[in-house]
Amino acid sequence: MIEIQDVYKTFNGVPVLKGLNLTIRDGETMVIIGRSGCGKSVLLKHMIGLLKPDAGRILVDGVDIAALGPRELMEIRKKFGMLFQGAALFDSMTVAENVGFALYEHTRMTDQEIRERVTLYLSMVGMEGIEDKKPAELSGGMRKRVGLARAIAIGPQIILYDEPTTGIDPIMGDIINDLILKMRDTLSVSGCAVTHDMTSAYKIADRIAMMYDGRIVQIGSPDEIKNSTNPIVRQFISGSSKGPIKILDD
Amino acid sequence: MMQFFVQFWDKFCFWLWRLGGLSRMLAQALKYTVVNPPRRSTILKQMFEIGVMSLPVVLITGAFTGMVLAVQSYYQFHKITMDTAVGIIVGLSMTNELGPVLTAVMIAGRVGAAMAAELGTMKVTEQIDALHALGVDPVQYLIVPRFIASVALVPILTVFSIFVGIVGGYIIGVELKGINATFFLKNMLDYTRPADLFSGLIKTVVFAVIVCIVSCYEGFHAEGGAEGVGKATTEAVVSSAITILIADFFLSIVLL
Ligand SMILES: Nc1ncnc2c1ncn2[C@@H]1O[C@H](COP(=O)(O)OP(=O)(O)O)[C@@H](O)[C@H]1O
Ligand SMILES: [Mg+2]
Repeated sequence: MIEIQDVYKTFNGVPVLKGLNLTIRDGETMVIIGRSGCGKSVLLKHMIGLLKPDAGRILVDGVDIAALGPRELMEIRKKFGMLFQGAALFDSMTVAENVGFALYEHTRMTDQEIRERVTLYLSMVGMEGIEDKKPAELSGGMRKRVGLARAIAIGPQIILYDEPTTGIDPIMGDIINDLILKMRDTLSVSGCAVTHDMTSAYKIADRIAMMYDGRIVQIGSPDEIKNSTNPIVRQFISGSSKGPIKILDD
Repeated sequence: MMQFFVQFWDKFCFWLWRLGGLSRMLAQALKYTVVNPPRRSTILKQMFEIGVMSLPVVLITGAFTGMVLAVQSYYQFHKITMDTAVGIIVGLSMTNELGPVLTAVMIAGRVGAAMAAELGTMKVTEQIDALHALGVDPVQYLIVPRFIASVALVPILTVFSIFVGIVGGYIIGVELKGINATFFLKNMLDYTRPADLFSGLIKTVVFAVIVCIVSCYEGFHAEGGAEGVGKATTEAVVSSAITILIADFFLSIVLL
């Protein structure tokens, strides 16, 4: 369980998180929606301790990770798998080395055993047979799937997905959605995805939280969000340029 | 006036902050080198990058520096008929000053730039975050192999540079300008003490640390896409080179 309590974060004088509260329960997939640049990636990075809040607490299974030292943080991070926005595969390594990275670094498995596990994880994401390719040879959708295989190889209890379906075609997007559902159902891991793709959000979410102006403005089941009366949420899910949402950038 | 002072002070604070970051990175690299050294294969890979690939540049720089030294000093010494002093100039300056400094500056340009660019790209494409997320310390995983390889190989490269520099100077002085070979060598060996070579090598180790840590630091702090990587790379080379020259000044005072 992740509890985010009253978290503030400012970059170069620009506040991004302004007293944000959110709880992700065990076994559920939470989807956070919000405009580009509203701080969704920043929020995810706080959950795994890549960024520290200026104020507030982030509890992972009851432990405040903002207060941990580097070594304890390293241990806590093994509970998490993270799929980065651009997949963030190590481009000096092959696909197999990427997926097996955590096993190679943190376990005493032999190369042969790791190789077998890598094949297993790759087949879970439908990507068998590309073990020896370099990330540069893969398409965006393939990279995301390899990134997902790398994230589950660590044996996580929680998977964080940063815009899993952005920048890939709708069919591949749906394949990824199915994978995320499969992760929840077969590995019984919790998940937290951030996205602005509503189709994906409705499909994968147990609950959806709408982020706006550094806070969560509404949280509820996909149906509750669909039928929301909150004008900010309404404007976002209908994809309208007219409404209460301030449009300053891009 | 006041505003100028405030700006200056802000710059100074930023500089101190950076110095703090660099020292912390160095301390961590030293710690991991001793407590938890990386796999041999990753060190060897960096050694190849840093050592073997830099050899041509270093040899060319060394040879031409030695030859220029010989040409210039011969031109001056010949006027006062002290031709054999050319050996002293070449030997002493190559071992103590120009060999170490020029090798280090070339390494900053070749290896430092490559480190900053590679690590900077990893930073802006979130690969460094991914290392954290996978429970691996990027300093340990990325910097320590580069650190060990630099400190081990830059001195060796410098010795090569000194050697070809002296050979170059010898060829110009003895073969071309007709200085007596025995006197050339005798003078050179009389005045270039082992202590000079030793102090040259001490400098070299310090320079290797500077290039590696400054470049890795710049890479790790790259921000904002391809442009940020470019900036980090430039900054790595310029900062390393300046720091090398400043460090050389102080080391010369201490070691002489
Ligand atoms: N490391 C950082 N340093 C400075 N500003 C940052 C940093 N990370 C994110 N930001 C800023 O925070 C804001 C939110 O970014 P982000 O979380 O990436 O948005 P998104 O919701 O699209 O994922 C942006 O304005 C971005 O410029
Ligand atoms: Mg983002």
